[in-house]
Amino acid sequence: MEKELRLMKGNEAVAEAAIRAGVDGYFGYPITPQSEIIEYLMDANPAETTGMVVLQAESEIAAINMVYGGAACGKKVMTTSSSPGISLKQEGISYIAGAELPCLIVNVVRGGPGLGTIQPAQSDYFQATKGGGHGDYHLIVLAPASVQEMADFVELSFDLAFKYRNPVMMLSDGAIGQMMEKVYLSPHKERAKTVPEWATTGKPTTRQRNIITSLDLDPNRQELFNRKLLAKYDEIREKEVRFEEFQCEDAEYLLVAYGTSARVCQKSVQLAREQGIKAGLLRPITLFPFPTKRINELAGKVKGMLSVEMSAGQMVEDVLLSVSGKVPVYHFGRMGGIVTTPEEVVESLKSKFIGG
Amino acid sequence: MAKIRGSIVVNVEKCKGCEVCMVSCPTGTIAMAKEVNGKGYNYAFPANPELCIGCANCAMVCPDGVITVYKTKI
Amino acid sequence: MVQFTGIKEIIKPENLVYKKTNIMTKNILSYCPGCGHGTAHRILAEIIDEEGLQSEAIGVSPVGCSVFMYYYLDIDWQEAAHGRAPAVATAIKRLLPEKFVFTYQGDGDLAAIGTAETIHACNRGENILIIFINNGIYGMTGGQMAPTTLPGMKSSTSPYGRDVKTMGNPIKMADIIASLPGSYYVTRQSVHTPANVKKTKKAIRKAVQYQKLNKGTCLVEILSNCPSGWKMTPVQSNKWMEENMFPYYPLGDLKTPKE
Repeated sequence: MEKELRLMKGNEAVAEAAIRAGVDGYFGYPITPQSEIIEYLMDANPAETTGMVVLQAESEIAAINMVYGGAACGKKVMTTSSSPGISLKQEGISYIAGAELPCLIVNVVRGGPGLGTIQPAQSDYFQATKGGGHGDYHLIVLAPASVQEMADFVELSFDLAFKYRNPVMMLSDGAIGQMMEKVYLSPHKERAKTVPEWATTGKPTTRQRNIITSLDLDPNRQELFNRKLLAKYDEIREKEVRFEEFQCEDAEYLLVAYGTSARVCQKSVQLAREQGIKAGLLRPITLFPFPTKRINELAGKVKGMLSVEMSAGQMVEDVLLSVSGKVPVYHFGRMGGIVTTPEEVVESLKSKFIGG
Repeated sequence: MAKIRGSIVVNVEKCKGCEVCMVSCPTGTIAMAKEVNGKGYNYAFPANPELCIGCANCAMVCPDGVITVYKTKI
Repeated sequence: MVQFTGIKEIIKPENLVYKKTNIMTKNILSYCPGCGHGTAHRILAEIIDEEGLQSEAIGVSPVGCSVFMYYYLDIDWQEAAHGRAPAVATAIKRLLPEKFVFTYQGDGDLAAIGTAETIHACNRGENILIIFINNGIYGMTGGQMAPTTLPGMKSSTSPYGRDVKTMGNPIKMADIIASLPGSYYVTRQSVHTPANVKKTKKAIRKAVQYQKLNKGTCLVEILSNCPSGWKMTPVQSNKWMEENMFPYYPLGDLKTPKE
């Protein structure tokens, strides 16, 4: 079947893609700048077509725990929110990671800390990639840079989530969530008729009871479980790194940016090259696993790197670790909900590396 | 007149000696042993087995489900 | 197995009147001697057995003494974060509407940290059973004050007795839930005597039937003792419960179906 072309907001694209991907349940709570997702789903009313459950919970906390319950039944379930709401979800996300449940959590990031602003930001990078809640765990983190990717990453997220029994976060931002672009939508997929063998769906006489829990009071068993998680994260680091390179072949200076910042930096690369500065862009698509190896390789070829983020400098720490001291690494970014301009990036590049 | 006679079986090792069965027994069949089980509890036992009427009150209130009850008419 | 038996001639399969259900696993309950949790577990297990619900049941265990409930009943289980069981159960029932879904929560779980999840699940009329064990104290963490601790009652965080002026009043969750349109059947029972065990069992059986008929949320509150937390023997604690808990939390139905 052919893909269907539509003009949509990023938030709407997530919602429509979820219905088309055969998602079983959505549990959310309104918060700007992502409320269009639940509004779209309520309006589309997929209960009548695919049978997808859409529920407005009483809080983000309840919503993420509904995701826990649904995921533990082996169903494809998801929630979406924005920064303050994602903070509320962290308890549940930690339990989901601890119980090794697959699900999708979308964060349409806004500026913080606290209530902050409702404008786009990338200041939740640490929270998304370093765990976020308590305990040793990682989410798989996908960073869409377009409305198209917001749609496409829904299905990709569930594929990865079920493959690794691990929660996946789509780390978007208020700009991509709110902007309208053309998007090719995949054909409708039927909802899955079977569930994994670990799912709690009622114990038939043919198997032992299934228990979904993140609790083990025996420290030796808990450590074994931690090691199992580490092995899983290592496998993910090995197999699931995704990134995109833009004019890196002859680059002397590398911009590293994801999401909205990466879109800005594409323009910055052009502007820099017009001024005779050989800039390139590496766009991590997965933030966990981070493209450490590739950045380290590129560190052997360029004179320096600039991590461009709409934050006070978070991903820059991973770039520094990847570069491992080979070349200077700096950060440039606007905060508070301000989207960096391409010109500012070029100015920063020049001032940090070229002088003047 | 037919007389109802009962009998209980106590899983001694799982008994925690809470005495709730003893006070629920309408006939005074059950008492707590002077000896202790492997966990150190003075377990329940049918001290006066001839008094048991098989009402199952003891089993119903036993939090640990250690009592099995039998009943017959003689 | 070490057993102590009564009159041997009577002990024959045809004379069996009471035996622990096989839905209860062989694991030894982690509860203190005389704790009502064990009895409440067994009643629920008996209902699951008698109603043929083993393959239908999905339980949600709480955080509290009964956190390991999944060790004791041979059905599928999910262990929820503290207080979140009704939200977890909401999703299970919405996604698997044919299954029998219940939560089992203590007073800290349901009446303190999980009040929002509890009230909203009931208010939505989620078609689940909530079993609420109210013993007026935090047992697992060592006897701290619960939202349901009685006025004047001593605990490790109210060592001079609960002073309602500074510590608030005991909350009557069942009464609150009964007032919500989404709740269908709300009752308060206990499991400390054979008669009360029978009533509680009847209440849970009703709730199971109502769930089959998609009637809405059923809440069975079970007043229970906490001998360790109350620092009493089990028999004393049951007496204390009758004398002190029952006047504040009267037993009986708080909401019954109209028809």
